[in-house]
Amino acid sequence: MLTIDQATYDAIVAHAKRDHPDEACGIVAGPEGSDRPERFIEMINAAGSPTFYEFDSTDLLQLYKEMDANDEEPVIVYHSHTATEAYPSRTDIGLAMEPNAHYVLVSTREHGNDDGPVEFRSFRIVDGNVTEEEISIVPTLS
Amino acid sequence: MAIEVKIPTILRTYTAGEKAVSAEGKTLSALIDDLEANHSGIKERLIDNGDLRRFVNVYINDEDVRFIGGLDAELKDGDQVVVLPAVAGGC
Repeated sequence: MLTIDQATYDAIVAHAKRDHPDEACGIVAGPEGSDRPERFIEMINAAGSPTFYEFDSTDLLQLYKEMDANDEEPVIVYHSHTATEAYPSRTDIGLAMEPNAHYVLVSTREHGNDDGPVEFRSFRIVDGNVTEEEISIVPTLS
Repeated sequence: MAIEVKIPTILRTYTAGEKAVSAEGKTLSALIDDLEANHSGIKERLIDNGDLRRFVNVYINDEDVRFIGGLDAELKDGDQVVVLPAVAGGC
């Protein structure tokens, strides 16, 4: 199960809506082994595309050095789908390289940049196997 | 000649869980062969058809090797190499 606080949930949704129709992406880091998504980090989609996302390679290195220095790991890796359901695509599955992360997908296909509900789902992706998990949204992480 | 190579989580199965290993080589290509000699199987995860895999990033002293010669990028004693899989996907 993914436990996420309301502010982080809202931040991911806001980012996805803002970048629509392009895919938005980012991570939420947390202390290694804690499974606590504590530090929200928006990334730029270097692909700038409605059908693809990729962290810029320089930003990626900077991010991982920062996490390394803080003894953090990516607890959530999120991205949006802007015209399809919030489910990992074949490409998403093939490129999922963080076996410990919760892969969060948000779909903005229904309301785009406007207010209104989004699909927000979380998955584990390990060795090409996708497992959806429940999400618990809490006021703050305990 | 020793070069520290940082290994991402997904490839630590090849390094007995180690986050960083030491390797040798005058070029990135030679370094990867040396890694393979001690951590069998890792080369295939980095190289495909004789070139660096599209979604694997390798940095030498913080420079993406794609901009400094790719597999022919030169290495010297004390250099730091970081391997990071791309964070990418698409619908």
